[in-house]
Amino acid sequence: MINLCDKAAVSGVGETAYTRETDRSQLSLTLEAALNAVLDAGLDPKDIDGVIPYASGGVVAEDFITNFGIADLRYSAQTPMGGASAVAALQSATMAVATGVAKHVLITLGRGSISGGRISDQLTRMPQMRLVSEFEMPIGTNAPAQFYAHMARRHMELYGSTSEQFAEVALTCCAHAQLNERAMMRKPMRLADHQNSRMIADPFRLFDCSLEGAGAAAVVISSAERARDLRCAPIYIGGCAEGHPDSPSAITQRRDLTRLGIANAAPIAFAMAGVTHADIDVAEIYDCFTYIVLCQLEDLGFCAKGEGGHFVANGRIRLGGDLPINTHGGLLSEAHIGGMNHIVELVRQLRGECGERQVTNAEVGLVTGFGDLGDGSLAIMHR
Amino acid sequence: MNDIYSESPAKPRPQIALENQSYWDGLRRHQLLVQRCLTCAKLRHYPRPMCDACYSFEYDWHALSGSATVHSWTVTHHAFHAGFKQDLPYVTVTADLRDGIRLQAPLAGSDVNLAVGARLDLEFIDVDAELTIISMRIRA
Ligand SMILES: [Zn+2]
Repeated sequence: MINLCDKAAVSGVGETAYTRETDRSQLSLTLEAALNAVLDAGLDPKDIDGVIPYASGGVVAEDFITNFGIADLRYSAQTPMGGASAVAALQSATMAVATGVAKHVLITLGRGSISGGRISDQLTRMPQMRLVSEFEMPIGTNAPAQFYAHMARRHMELYGSTSEQFAEVALTCCAHAQLNERAMMRKPMRLADHQNSRMIADPFRLFDCSLEGAGAAAVVISSAERARDLRCAPIYIGGCAEGHPDSPSAITQRRDLTRLGIANAAPIAFAMAGVTHADIDVAEIYDCFTYIVLCQLEDLGFCAKGEGGHFVANGRIRLGGDLPINTHGGLLSEAHIGGMNHIVELVRQLRGECGERQVTNAEVGLVTGFGDLGDGSLAIMHR
Repeated sequence: MNDIYSESPAKPRPQIALENQSYWDGLRRHQLLVQRCLTCAKLRHYPRPMCDACYSFEYDWHALSGSATVHSWTVTHHAFHAGFKQDLPYVTVTADLRDGIRLQAPLAGSDVNLAVGARLDLEFIDVDAELTIISMRIRA
């Protein structure tokens, strides 16, 4: 197998403002973020010859040919893994530039107005939700909060993890958001605020759930060689992988409800990057719900299965702790940009551009994705 | 009419097509049917075209008994679909049947003794002339 370690680098990152509502189309927002990423790399939009748009969105590669005036797009793909899509796309883009199929691959994710329809109606149209739609939606399981609540409750019953431990993830993200002017959640959160927030799908309270909002983010992946000649210091992709759980179309039928697809991907990415867990200076962990962060920390191997609740205690995941996570505030407190905002943040941390929230001497970092019914992805990057 | 599954506004309906037809037809007769591989006898659920143990497309339908245990659950307090607003809050259990087969079903009756491993009895709710669903009740 071709070793992909350090064959590719993030050469540019960009985003729009993140807002509660918008009067702009998903396409318009996505193009703005994409243009910002291309300019950040010091490229011209016409230099892009590969595109991986978000599979759950309405933007396609053709839109970039049309709007960027790309004369010869060599590579287009999608990575339909819900919230794991953005990080999974890093692997696809890395393969494309490492093999020379493309020179500069643009990865985009945009979210337009949220008034565009009920989430259960949107999910029903997704082929990966076919079984859920047939057997679970008719009995009142209609949204991700409910799908994942069964996993979280099982974890609590087996391992004794608690709502207060989930809260530490929310409090951490919110505390970090206070240092990020782009973040939507600018009001500090106390444990009591979390515990008093209304129950959504037990054990998930409102503050266990990520934000809704509009905006877009994008990154450009170039071959390591080309990236060295561009405007910004390259952030190398040392290791990347995607992983799928058993019974990926129905959580209900999964052998172990507390194990996610990322458990398969983690050893591959760590081995490819040639680093250990102790080398990770900062981690941007996909946080659609607080519990999903705990579970990923276990499946990534930062602690044993069942130990996630203890692991996050005592400030370990906060700035200044052993493993600061979601330094931008995450989906819980910055914005729900499908985790593309996690990739952007990791790159900025490794470039040392994060001001007040900068992790001191951040050299190696990790970013994860989680989506649909347990799909996972991760990338380990370094400066 | 029943006390845990209101009739309006409309709830989402299963498509009831192809591999799923016999399952839903079984529920109409108050039978829980799962697919059984005709080559290796492995049971599987939710319904799908082929056996993942031997790749056979041949199967028949096997009736499972009416008892189960709690694997996990959630209590929904927020109406993600208008059809369930009247039922809030409601409990949905993931229930272990046998051979690794599970079901998700609404919980009828009290949730006081809800815990992993709690014994469940399976019940049938005739929603209307076309649709029957399964509910679970904690065994007294
Ligand atoms: Zn078989």
